[in-house]
Amino acid sequence: MNDWPLYEVFIRSKNGLNHKHVGSLHAADAHMAIQNARDVYTRRSEGVSIWVVEAKHITASNPDDKESLFDPAEDKVYRHPTFYELPEALKHM
Amino acid sequence: MMEKELKDFILMMADNVMILGQRLGEWCGHGPVLEQDIAMTNIALDLIGEARNYYRYLGETEGKKEDEYPMKRDVRDYKNVLLAELPNGHWGDTIMRQCMFDCYHYYLLEGMMVSENERLAAIAKKSIKEATYHLAFSSEWVIRLGDGTAESHHKMQQSLQNLLPYFNEMFDPETYEIWCQNRNIAPSLEDVRSSAMEKFNAIIVESTLQMSEKYYSKKGGKTGLHTENLGFILADMQYLQRSYPGVEW
Repeated sequence: MNDWPLYEVFIRSKNGLNHKHVGSLHAADAHMAIQNARDVYTRRSEGVSIWVVEAKHITASNPDDKESLFDPAEDKVYRHPTFYELPEALKHM
Repeated sequence: MMEKELKDFILMMADNVMILGQRLGEWCGHGPVLEQDIAMTNIALDLIGEARNYYRYLGETEGKKEDEYPMKRDVRDYKNVLLAELPNGHWGDTIMRQCMFDCYHYYLLEGMMVSENERLAAIAKKSIKEATYHLAFSSEWVIRLGDGTAESHHKMQQSLQNLLPYFNEMFDPETYEIWCQNRNIAPSLEDVRSSAMEKFNAIIVESTLQMSEKYYSKKGGKTGLHTENLGFILADMQYLQRSYPGVEW
């Protein structure tokens, strides 16, 4: 069982919300990963839907590219929608 | 006042899940991998939760605390089937035992959902959701291991062989079960047997194991005649209440 692949687990906590990454686990195949995720990550009613994906299928950004990927966004405040006057009638924004 | 037959029947239902739950709890911290360790204890807690619902029902009708039933009765008063008290063995043994019990438990609960006894019907409706998962879990593991490597196949065949003698007891009715069947409190065990056997046979076929035709069936648990294992389980379970009667958490 030591050579079981690693799966990443995503749980949707309520209908309408996104699946969120909650952790990872080992399983022999995707089906077992769902069962294991049910037992490990939803035992306190955390979710209504589970996604699993084998960790090797996730392509991640390289931490070394952090500066070129993310820093350029820092001084572009005009990309945030904070320059609008909201009408009085509009609440909860 | 509750009839003795009904009380015996409820005790049997309760003791089955209480003792099997206690057994599965022994895996806590010892599972082959973390994920299965948690799975076992989840199932154990489901079963003990179901048992508590029965004990509470008895307690309410007899004016006793629910703990009286699991903690203050001795071996001969326990009515669980022998299968439930057998030692865990290796992972495959536990899975095979679980799968056999789940086949029985699921179809029994299915019948209990339409019981004339509303309280038992309500417990069955709640518990069958859990039992559905248990059966899916254990049957998939039997198939996975039976149809796995040569070694896992061999071990599962051996587990099947060793446990088959304890299969039929679940479906052979004792007098209190017939009493309940005649009053539509419990389903016909013959119906439960045929559904459970069909399911179990299908699992065994898919797992490429061989169903043995020749084996002796053992019985006695339902009437309080247990294997030597139950005494040790109760000694563990009841130690605190026996040493310090009435002690509370």
